[in-house]
Amino acid sequence: MRLDIAGLTAKIDAKPIISDVDLTAEPGQFVGLVGPNGSGKSTLLRTVYRALRPSTGVVSLDGRDLWRMPAKQAARHRAVLTQHGDLGAEFSVGEVVAMGRAPHKGLFDRDDAADRAVIDESLKRVDMLWAADRLFSTLSGGERQRVLVARALAQEAPLLVLDEPTNHLDVRTQLGLLDLIRSLGLTLLAALHDLDHAVAYCDHLVVLQAGRVRAAGAPLEVLTPEFVGEVFGVRAHIGDHPITGRPHIAVASFESPRP
Amino acid sequence: MVSGTMTWFLVAGLVVALIVVSMAAISIGSVNLPVGSVWNVVGARLTGSASGDPLREQVVWDIRTPRVLVAAVVGAGLSVAGVTLQALVRNPLADPYILGISSGASLGAVLTVAFGATALGGLGVTGAAFLTAVLSVLLVYVLAQRGGRLLDSRLVLAGVAVGYLASAATSYIQLRVSPTELHGLMFWLMGSIAGATWSDVGVPAAVIAVCTAFLLLQGRNMNALMAGDDAAAGLGTSVRALRIALLVVGSLLTATAVSVVGGIGFVGLMVPHATRFLVGGDHRRVLPVAMLLGAVFLVAVDIATRTVDRPNELPVGIFTTALGVPFFLWLLRRRATGGS
Repeated sequence: MRLDIAGLTAKIDAKPIISDVDLTAEPGQFVGLVGPNGSGKSTLLRTVYRALRPSTGVVSLDGRDLWRMPAKQAARHRAVLTQHGDLGAEFSVGEVVAMGRAPHKGLFDRDDAADRAVIDESLKRVDMLWAADRLFSTLSGGERQRVLVARALAQEAPLLVLDEPTNHLDVRTQLGLLDLIRSLGLTLLAALHDLDHAVAYCDHLVVLQAGRVRAAGAPLEVLTPEFVGEVFGVRAHIGDHPITGRPHIAVASFESPRP
Repeated sequence: MVSGTMTWFLVAGLVVALIVVSMAAISIGSVNLPVGSVWNVVGARLTGSASGDPLREQVVWDIRTPRVLVAAVVGAGLSVAGVTLQALVRNPLADPYILGISSGASLGAVLTVAFGATALGGLGVTGAAFLTAVLSVLLVYVLAQRGGRLLDSRLVLAGVAVGYLASAATSYIQLRVSPTELHGLMFWLMGSIAGATWSDVGVPAAVIAVCTAFLLLQGRNMNALMAGDDAAAGLGTSVRALRIALLVVGSLLTATAVSVVGGIGFVGLMVPHATRFLVGGDHRRVLPVAMLLGAVFLVAVDIATRTVDRPNELPVGIFTTALGVPFFLWLLRRRATGGS
């Protein structure tokens, strides 16, 4: 599924948070959204998962305006992993994933065998089927994120939006989650904090600063040391990762000593 | 995940329990009647024949049966109100009484009772109670939220503050209008089922049935809302419309219960929790089970109010509060240590 964002401006309390943003994600691409805190990453994502209506501009999926569809139809096209995954009451893992079926069900429909098959299959793909009857609140942070990925899979939407999915996870779990989402074959739009993750995993990067797009393109074309210094205020070095051989970005503060 | 079949067994079991506990409640009283004769009278009434004992018939059919039915209806209504408010504020500590909504509804009811229907623009007791209940929820909501999130501490404090304010106003009006009528004051502050008549049964039962049916259809959306506003939007829920609907339904349920029996606390807290413990978090299971469990619970508590201090009768609100406060404190403590 192709995502197009064109000329998008979104305001909170009449204050523009993002202005005139353009962004495209080709089908199957992993698009990373990077930028310093407060640059408007979450706000941009919220306009894609319909938590915040843009004041001008269009978000379209395969050419169809996302904000002109019924909410349920939009949810069949794109799923989301929000930053705060905690629940307001105790739910089992199976119940959490079952929430993902909501956009496929009418007012009077009950969950049927097909829904349960989708739920089990989704849990299997994230290696969490063993936990189906466990309470969500008893899982570790990484396990919860995997379950929320399963909920998104149960939605059967070709576009997955993720807002800093690796927040508060330990290193191994962070990489495991990124490996997982990249293996799903979905179009991905993710706000990422870690530039090295962005370089290692994304096909395309969009850099936001103060609510505007500063640059967009292939990770290594965009994240030059000068540019990273300018936008993020750190010294950067691009090289080959000593373990994987893939591109790698190392950062340090401008104050830190050189070798 | 609890299977659907198990939930149906539970629902069937609760229906049986409700019938049993209701029969017991009708047979127990200042004059104890054998359960068999209660069956006779109720059966005769339902089939339209005469049971042959007018005095017994009067006690069973005109005094005790409506009272037991009101207890069941109100218990069901307060429990469903609790589930609704917990989804609305996305916090399991919510309850019509703790959030001050019962007190708000009492204020509206007392205003109409004291000054007549003209006081609030021609609304009836329930209508006025509904209006002030909605205002209370909105006030608590505004006071408790900071940056779009509702914190436990702020929610409870805002509820207590709004509740006290409404209670003080209720007491003042009640005492201004009839300084000697302490009984009436007790009714609105503590709640009582004594004196319920047949006219108190029909409309509340219909309101609660319609509200619960509506909520059942919104079960999936209520589940999604528990995952947070943003996640719910991502799952295809129209969050703002659902919130407004829950606010209206929660206030309506509370106002209906309060205008019949006054402020009965903590039912809407305890019953939904016990229900979630039994069937999990899915609202499509929680709502019917909570409704029945609430009915059974309040009929049982009503039996206790009549038997603990015989021949005196105690307000039912004292019992639910005595049970509810320790439960509430335990819950608060568990949440404080258990994160989330």
